[in-house]
Amino acid sequence: MDFLTESLRAALALILTLDAEVVGAVWTSLYTSVAGILLAAAVGIPVGTLIGVGRFTGRRAVLTLLNTLMALPTVVVGLVIYGFLSRQGPLGALGLLFTPVAMIIGQTVLSAPIVANYTVAAVAGADPRIMTTALTLGAGRLRAAWQLLLEVRFGVMAAVVAGFGRVIAEVGVAMMLGGNIRGYTRTMTTAIALETSKGEFAFGLALGLVLMTVALIVNLFLNLLQQR
Amino acid sequence: MRTVPGAPIQTKGFINREVTKVKKLGILSTLLVLSLILGQSAIAAERLRMSTTTSTENSGLLKVLLPPFEAQAGCKVDVIAVGTGKALKLGEAGDVDVVLVHARKLEDKFVADGFGVNRKDVMYNDFVILGPAADPASVQGAKTAAEALAKIAEKQAPFVSRGDESGTHQKEKELWQAAGVTPKGAWYVEAGQGMGEVIVMATEKQGYTLADRGTYNAFKKAKTNLVIVFDGEKGLFNPYGVIAVNPQKHPHVKYDLALKFIDFITGAEGQKIIADYKVDGDPIFFVYR
Repeated sequence: MDFLTESLRAALALILTLDAEVVGAVWTSLYTSVAGILLAAAVGIPVGTLIGVGRFTGRRAVLTLLNTLMALPTVVVGLVIYGFLSRQGPLGALGLLFTPVAMIIGQTVLSAPIVANYTVAAVAGADPRIMTTALTLGAGRLRAAWQLLLEVRFGVMAAVVAGFGRVIAEVGVAMMLGGNIRGYTRTMTTAIALETSKGEFAFGLALGLVLMTVALIVNLFLNLLQQR
Repeated sequence: MRTVPGAPIQTKGFINREVTKVKKLGILSTLLVLSLILGQSAIAAERLRMSTTTSTENSGLLKVLLPPFEAQAGCKVDVIAVGTGKALKLGEAGDVDVVLVHARKLEDKFVADGFGVNRKDVMYNDFVILGPAADPASVQGAKTAAEALAKIAEKQAPFVSRGDESGTHQKEKELWQAAGVTPKGAWYVEAGQGMGEVIVMATEKQGYTLADRGTYNAFKKAKTNLVIVFDGEKGLFNPYGVIAVNPQKHPHVKYDLALKFIDFITGAEGQKIIADYKVDGDPIFFVYR
């Protein structure tokens, strides 16, 4: 039990002294997760809108598939992409394995289904008159879809926040594709995994508290954006 | 600006502003991602990729051994610390340029199969059998490591195995074979995790385990109350080898840089750093004279 209080103290020390390795890990976590969620939103929101608004054969099957993709274990996503990016794999020549770019790709694949799924829910739950009204007023299909998204922007924002939460907190993809290389692909989560494997529970938990603080700040920021 | 469902679109200006906002965001994010991707190749410092075992990384040796080499060679060494099995697999796939592991049989196979070249001995330490101070299986009386394990199996005392094809796990399997025992049953636990986790698990269970002395030394102060119940046998010798990945199999590997690295750690400067490295006053690795 006492490693809990020890870790609180250690967390404060880490934050106040701005330990270089911790700052590096925080920065890596942040920029890979942000890049990942931006790409995921770029893919997930349009796809989600199409599925949410569209009526086509196989829509139910697609929705079920989307739901299943959300339950993918991170380590499985990591393994599949590893298969692609390893030198033995089809994209091996790009030499992306064990680089931050590989991690970003993984985070995107991980969070895109979440963003798409929540967007489907938001869009499908919107008032159906929005689209039709926009279209009757002469808006092109794209503008009409845009108006719809504006209307459900809180839901879409929730989609992005949910996706972001998933990628900043995960360790499977970051570990498999990044390799936990010190000063290069070590994120908060892989650093925590490393410290716990060394039996440094207090330090691991301290890093966890730092991660939670960072996530809190990011979500506060996103919240502010929402209120505008 | 709230829009009322079903009402006409408020102002064209509003939509235009929102669209511009998103356009800007879209351009920014595309630029960010592109610069990251391009930056990977542009970021000057050459990177040498090395796979090694978790015990080597966790010992902390690399933190003191690598910086002098990085300064001399003007490169950065990316260390990917995984189990021995995976470390060698990374070498086979060409995902790394050089491999530093401790599993002689697997290393020899790696070279024989043509995946690695220029294998050199680097350093060594030894394995120890850890157990509770009370020593319920009376391991301390054993004359050989194999006998010690046989006693544990007979008593069915809890034993935690790495179970992950690591160097330690390979050694453990050899010892069980020498003891003529196939470990099976609720007392024999295959953790499938790193050395640290296994020592912690064995401590919780107050059981036995096979560990490398380095990790044990790092843990014995505060993280475990297990003691060494058997050590000192020639069969528990744990040598480390460094191997360059074969450029004929994988032309893209940084072969020259890998050779430079091998020369460094087997040369005077590197060997001195290894020999002088201590944790809490205890040496972790020993060098050949």
